[in-house]
Amino acid sequence: MTTSAETVGKKFNIDTVENAAKTPDTELPWAELGLKQNEFDEVVKVLGRRPTGAELAMYSVMWSEHCSYKSSKNHLRQFGEKVTEEMKKDMLVGIGENAGVTNLGDGWAVTFKIESHNSPSFVEPYQGAATGIGGIVRDIISMGARPVAVMDPLRFGAIDHPDTARVMHGAVAGIGGYGNSLGLPNIGGEMVFDSVYQGNPLVNALAVGVMRHEDIRLANASGKGNKVVLFGARTGGDGIGGASVLASESFDDTKPSKRPAVQVGDPFAEKVLIECCLELFKGSLVEGIQDLGAAGISCATSELASNGDGGMQVELTSVLLRDPTLTPGEILMSESQERMMAVVTPENIAAFEAVMDKWAVEYSWLGEVTDTGRLIITWEGEVIVDVDPRTVAHDGPVYDRPYSRPSWQDSVQADTFTGSVQDAGRPSTSGELAAAVTELIASPNMCSKAWITKQYDRYVGGNTAMAFPDDAGVVRVDEETGLGVALATDANGRYTYLDPYHGAQLALAEAYRNVATSGAVPMAVSDCLNFGSPEDPDVMWQLAEAIRGLSDACMELGVPVTGGNVSLYNQTGTVPIHPSPVVAVLGKLDDVARRTPSGWKEDGQAIYLLGTTAAELDGSEWSNLRGHLGGLPPKVDLSIERQLGEILINASRDGMIDAAHDLSEGGLAAALVESSLRYGVGARIALDELVERDGVDLFTALFSETQGRAIVSVPRSEEIRFKDMCTARGFAHLRIGVVDAASGKLEINGVDELSLDALSEAHEATLPKYFG
Amino acid sequence: MTELPLIGGAPVAVEPHLVGAKIGVVTFPGTLDDRDAARAVRLAGGTAVALWHADTELADVDAVVIPGGFSYGDYLRAGAISRFAPLMSKIIDAANSDAKLPVLGICNGFQILTESHLLPGSMIKNDHLKFLCRDQVLRVENNTTSWTSDYEADQEITVPLKNQDGQYIADDKTLDALEAEGRVVFRYVGWNPNGSRRDIAGISNAAGNVVGLMPHPEHAVEPGFGPESNDGTDGLGFFTSVLNKIVGGAQ
Repeated sequence: MTTSAETVGKKFNIDTVENAAKTPDTELPWAELGLKQNEFDEVVKVLGRRPTGAELAMYSVMWSEHCSYKSSKNHLRQFGEKVTEEMKKDMLVGIGENAGVTNLGDGWAVTFKIESHNSPSFVEPYQGAATGIGGIVRDIISMGARPVAVMDPLRFGAIDHPDTARVMHGAVAGIGGYGNSLGLPNIGGEMVFDSVYQGNPLVNALAVGVMRHEDIRLANASGKGNKVVLFGARTGGDGIGGASVLASESFDDTKPSKRPAVQVGDPFAEKVLIECCLELFKGSLVEGIQDLGAAGISCATSELASNGDGGMQVELTSVLLRDPTLTPGEILMSESQERMMAVVTPENIAAFEAVMDKWAVEYSWLGEVTDTGRLIITWEGEVIVDVDPRTVAHDGPVYDRPYSRPSWQDSVQADTFTGSVQDAGRPSTSGELAAAVTELIASPNMCSKAWITKQYDRYVGGNTAMAFPDDAGVVRVDEETGLGVALATDANGRYTYLDPYHGAQLALAEAYRNVATSGAVPMAVSDCLNFGSPEDPDVMWQLAEAIRGLSDACMELGVPVTGGNVSLYNQTGTVPIHPSPVVAVLGKLDDVARRTPSGWKEDGQAIYLLGTTAAELDGSEWSNLRGHLGGLPPKVDLSIERQLGEILINASRDGMIDAAHDLSEGGLAAALVESSLRYGVGARIALDELVERDGVDLFTALFSETQGRAIVSVPRSEEIRFKDMCTARGFAHLRIGVVDAASGKLEINGVDELSLDALSEAHEATLPKYFG
Repeated sequence: MTELPLIGGAPVAVEPHLVGAKIGVVTFPGTLDDRDAARAVRLAGGTAVALWHADTELADVDAVVIPGGFSYGDYLRAGAISRFAPLMSKIIDAANSDAKLPVLGICNGFQILTESHLLPGSMIKNDHLKFLCRDQVLRVENNTTSWTSDYEADQEITVPLKNQDGQYIADDKTLDALEAEGRVVFRYVGWNPNGSRRDIAGISNAAGNVVGLMPHPEHAVEPGFGPESNDGTDGLGFFTSVLNKIVGGAQ
C-alpha cells in the first residue's frame, strides 16, 4: 500500500460535510461536471445543504444520462410492463441488475448483455473499443457467471472517408487485442458503413456467460459488519468523468480534446480478474459483488449500498492508487478499468485474501456495511460524503422530454424508391441482373467481413459450434449433453429512420429469425438503443417510438428484454445518427450438434424458399447502393416470423434440413450467394414459379427485402416430410432449385452465369481494398 | 430424432488402455487454452492433470503440455516472464534428463520453450502486423518425435492458427542445423501466414521429446468444434502419439 492516498496526507483542502454546512455560498463547478441548474438545485434540496466536492462528483456522474437513464426511463418501463407470466417463466434475474439471467434447464443459467462504447471509440478507437469489451465482460462476471463469448456490432462512417480507416483499424484491433487476450471467442456481430455514423461510430459489445443456478450473484451489500473490498487494478486518472463528459454530450469541434476521459485497458489484468472471481464464487467467499465501470467507485458504493439492506461506511484513503495526486472527487469518479468491489463476511476474509494472493491480485479493505441507511465516505476519518445512497443511484432526475413526429417524416415516407430518379435504369436483362448481384455482394455493407473476423479468435474455449459468417453464433454450455446457446444481433438504421416503431421491430424480427435459423429456440432479448440527442424532440420521438415498437414486438414474440443499455447524444452538431436500436436475441439448443449452418454442401439437395415475396425495396441495400433513402420499410408480420421460426427449429431438430439462411438485407440475391460461398458449393436456381406466384418481377424477387423468409437445403430423403410439415402449418414454401456441387457456379434462370470464384473474389476484395 | 449429429462425424473412440497415462497441462496467469488442452488429452484417451505455474513439483506426470494464451499479458517478450516460473525449472530439468519427459509447447507455449532455451530461435510479430485466426494446413515433416508418431510422413493436416507474434526467426546457421537434423517438424503449406523463416511452423529438440509449434492442435480434436475439413480432428494425433509412446514405453 505504498502509494495509497494515505501517504500523501492532507495535501488537498478537503471539503468535509461539516465544512459544506458552514459555507453554503461556496461556488461549485457543477456546470463543468455536466449538471444542469435544476439538477444542482435538486442535489441541494436532497442534502438540505450544498454538496461537498466529493458529493458533487458522485451526483454529477450518477445523474448523467449514461448512468441515470433520465431521458429514457419513462419509456424503458414498457420493457418491464409488457411481459406475460409465460415470458417470466425462465427469467431468473430481470432488468436492473448488471445483466439479466435466463434459465437454460439442467441447472444451467445464462446471462448476456449488450452495451455501447460509442463516444470513447470515436475519440480513441483502440482503447475505446477494448474497454467496451472489458466493461461488458465484467458485467457478466458480476452475475457469478463464467464469460464464454463476445460479439461486436459495429457501425462506421462512409467506407471511403479518410477518417473511417482510423476508427475501423483502431476499433477492430482493440476488440481483438482485448477479447483475444481474455480467451473469449468472438462469435459474430455486425458491420455497417453509412456516412451518418461518420462523427459517431457505434461500437457496441455483447458478452454472454454461463453459470449453475446456485452461483448467481447480485450486486447488493447486506449484513452489518460485513467488509467492503476493492480489488483488481489500481485506481488512476484515466476516464475521469467519462460517463458524464463523453457519453452525455454531443461532440463539438470548438471544445478541447477529450482524450483524457477515455479509459485505458489491461486485458491481462481482466483475465486474471475473471479467474480470480470464479474462484471466489466457487468458494462462496463473497456476499455481493459489483464491477466498476461508468462512474467507478461512486457507482459501485452507491449501488451496492442502495440495493442492500443498510448503509455503508468507506475510508477513501484506503483505495490503492496509480497516481497519488488524485483528489477525493477524482478517485470517486475515476473509470480505471479491471476493478471489482465485493462484500465479504469477516469469517471469509482470510480465504478471500488467499485467492487474491494466489492470482497476485491487489486488494484493499475500504470499510464495512452498516445499518444506518447512509453511505458515509471519509478521508482520513473526516466525513466527505454523507448521503442516502438511493438518492445517488436510483432517485436521480427523470425527464419527460417533449417529443413529436418530425415535420419531415411524411415527405420522407412518401418518397418511395420505385419510380424515383435513383431507380432509373433498373437492371432487367440477364447481364444487368448478374452485374447487379455482383455489385450487391461486393458493396460495403454486404461484402465479406472476413477482414475483421480473422483478427478475432473464434476457437478458444473449444465450445464454439458456429460463428460468423453463419446467421448466429453458437456456443456449447454443457459438454456432456451438448446443451448450448445461440446469439445474433441486428439493427437497421435505415429502416428505423423511415419508421422507428416498425424499424425497431424489424431489428428484433431479424435477430429472432437468425437465432431460429441456427436451430435454436429464441428465449431472451438484450438491446442497445443508439440514438441522437434526447433534447431534440424529433430524436426523442424516434426513441419513444422505437421503445414502444420493440416492447410490443417482444410481447408478441414472447421473448422478454432482460437488460441492455441506452446511448444518447450520438450526433455531430445538430445532425443525429440514424436511430439504431441494436437488438440481441439469445436462443437455446438442446444439443449444439444439431445446429444448422448457413451454407449447403451436399450435391442434389433441394433448395426451398420459405415465405412469400412482395415488392419491398424502400430502405433496402439496393436502394442504398443507388443513393436513395425514403418510403416505408418492409412490413412486419410477427406471427409469420414465429411460424417461420417454428418450422426452422423443428426441421433442425428432426434432421429435415442441412442448411438454412435467413433473408434480410440484400434479399434473396445476397442469401443465395452467401449460402453458395459458405462452403464453395454452387446451386441451380429457377425463380419462374416464385415470380408467377407472388406477382413480382425477377429483379424484385432477387432484391426485395420482404421479411419472414429463409432459404433451406433439404436432403432428398427428407423432402416429403419437410413439405408435409410446411403444408400442415399453412406456410408458403417453394422449391426454387438444387445444390450442384460439381459446377462451381451459381446459376439462376434469367441471370447470366455467376462463377463462385468470381463471386468470392468480389465478395472478399472490398474490405482489403479500403483497409489493407 | 436421428442418431448422428448433422455436423461432424462419429464421436472419437476412447482407447481404455491409455487412461492411465497422465499429461500435465500448465496454467500461467494469462494462459487461455489450458482447458482446451486438457479436453484434447481426455478425448485422446489420457488423463489430464492441471499444473500451476507456481508449483514446485511435476506431480508425477508422464508428459507436459504448455498451452497457448498471453501469459503475463505478453507485455514484455512473449513467454519471457513465464520462463522463470518455478514449475518451468522442473520441466526444463525433466525434458533434458535421461527420462526425456515429452513436452509440447503450443503458441504461447512454443514461445515459452524458446525463451527457456529448450528450443532454438524466437518468435516476433507477424509480418503483416495483425492478429490472424484461420484454418491452417501444415505438413508433418518429421513423424518420429514423441508428439507426431501417429502421423504419416509428409501428411498434410489442418489445425487452427491464431496469433499476433507467430513469425519464427533464427539465424541461418541454426536454421540449417534444424533442417539437417530433421528438427523442422511442421511447415506451413501454401501461403506463409506470418513470415516465418523457411515456412517453419514447428520444431523439436535433438532428442525429439520437446516439440513447439504456433498452430493449435488442441482446437482440432472434436468433430464440429474445429476446422471444417476432415471433421476437424487432425490435431488429435499429437495427443494419441504421446499417449501411445507413454503406454508403449511403460509396457
